[in-house]
Amino acid sequence: MKKVQFKSSYSQYFFLAPQLLILLIFLYWPIIQTFRDAFTIQDAFGFGSYFAGFDNFKFIFSDPSYYTAFKFTIIYSFVITLITGSIGLLLAVQANSVLHGKNVYKTLLIWPYAIAPAVVGVMANYFFSERFGLLYHLFNNLWGFNWYQDVFDAYIYVVIAGSWKQISANFIFFLAGLQAIQKTVIEASIIDCKSNIRRFWTITFPLLMPTTFFLIIINITYSFFDTFGIIDTTTIGAPGSETKTLVYKAYIDGFKGLDLGSAGAQSIMMMLIVLVITIFQFRYIEGKIHYN
Amino acid sequence: MNRITFSLNHLILIFGLLLMIAPVWIIFASSTHTSLFINTNGLQFLLGDNFIDNYSSVLFKTSGFFQEITALKMFFNSFIMATGIATLSVATSLMAAYGLVYYRVKYSSFIFWLIFITLLVPLELRIMPTYEIMSNLNLLNSYMGLILPISASAIATFFFRQFYKSVPDELLESAKLDGANSWKFFIDFLVPLSKTMIAAVFIFMFVFGYNQYLWPLIMTTTEQYWTVVMGLKTMYGSISHRFAFVIMSMIPPVLIIIFLQRWFIQGIFQDK
Repeated sequence: MKKVQFKSSYSQYFFLAPQLLILLIFLYWPIIQTFRDAFTIQDAFGFGSYFAGFDNFKFIFSDPSYYTAFKFTIIYSFVITLITGSIGLLLAVQANSVLHGKNVYKTLLIWPYAIAPAVVGVMANYFFSERFGLLYHLFNNLWGFNWYQDVFDAYIYVVIAGSWKQISANFIFFLAGLQAIQKTVIEASIIDCKSNIRRFWTITFPLLMPTTFFLIIINITYSFFDTFGIIDTTTIGAPGSETKTLVYKAYIDGFKGLDLGSAGAQSIMMMLIVLVITIFQFRYIEGKIHYN
Repeated sequence: MNRITFSLNHLILIFGLLLMIAPVWIIFASSTHTSLFINTNGLQFLLGDNFIDNYSSVLFKTSGFFQEITALKMFFNSFIMATGIATLSVATSLMAAYGLVYYRVKYSSFIFWLIFITLLVPLELRIMPTYEIMSNLNLLNSYMGLILPISASAIATFFFRQFYKSVPDELLESAKLDGANSWKFFIDFLVPLSKTMIAAVFIFMFVFGYNQYLWPLIMTTTEQYWTVVMGLKTMYGSISHRFAFVIMSMIPPVLIIIFLQRWFIQGIFQDK
């Protein structure tokens, strides 16, 4: 906290008001509505609704398709975090150690970070279409890949589509983390330990822990929410609905299926999950973990 | 030994570059051929000679690709949306963070939690009620409708709050001695000091706004308000035109990141 501050006065509310006003109308009000939806059941023709207690929650927990989406979301975020984290780290370590062309590599590796997930999905679509998809035919020749029918193959499809641009994000943050490590620490460790690989795992990697932790959170949040555009432009849940994420399922049930109660309950479950993730993330933003 | 590790580094990096560049290159190369050629020969690795033809008809022609709108107009819509979102969230967050950090208040922790909660609920989780509210406010199919719900986020407030906390207390002390009131201190001292941070957050929010997909898809029913990224879902027309549109859609954010990466990364890591 600041030691020197202004006294509370109306001018403070002048500074806070614009943001709070936008949040009130476009955030708090919709959240309240979501809670209202989650605890009411509307009759099929939309003529009336009644208070339903936890019936909507009981409904989603007894619904096998909710578990399917839950399982997929967990697997999806785990695999994406693992793949993008390790490739991002590998590339960052290489880029940090080359003497020439560091900036060229950096520039050429970070740009996919800016591309919208939906654009990535549409692109992936071209590579995985039965008609002229290069990867589709490559994998098809190797083991009979067919994501239209096989769940595992559909997983491979959405994992590749979902990982591609996120490698860049991991690369950027790992590289920044590596550059923040003090030169003297590295120099001292070179004297003690000659093996590059051992030195990396015993000295450098532990020093990268805050970055790693931060990226795990970032990657999980990405897999939960930002992949919406990817799913909607690639499998749309195919083969059956095995590749629907929780967010995608809530959207389909609410917006397409018009089951507001179920969608509301699903949204609240997601909010709880995000609450847990955000508390961890918040510890990072608040600077409780330091690089040095 | 050294030479071996040296070339291994470069080998891995070049493999990484290929992984990132190859997919986009193949789509770009394919977008310069005629649709007939693509349909018979599949995706292409080398450039064709229909670049100008394909790209100009996507950009300037209305019929065939979309019915009433050209890609040019969609870029215009996207820019208005992205600029609006970036401007609105930077301005409101800059002020809100100031109100939180530089004032003593009774309810500060309550207000802080009010803003903190916004991190928990991305637009995807409140899409149905937001749609209802926008329809009640008669804001569907409008620029304000595209901008406002996406601006309702306090992520930027956290960045600015963190930045203000790192500003030395002496600055306010000396400004107070000079007789500056809170508004003057904000405008004359703090805003100029936050320039790099403002630029970084603006870039971040611009790209975030430009890349919005679900909200524009839901809330625009007339083509006049369609944006580039949502257009990917609704486009039809020949395959090489679609390739051209996909390539064009990624150009603005990619250029921004490449040319402004120094600023962007500097801003994000300033508090470390």
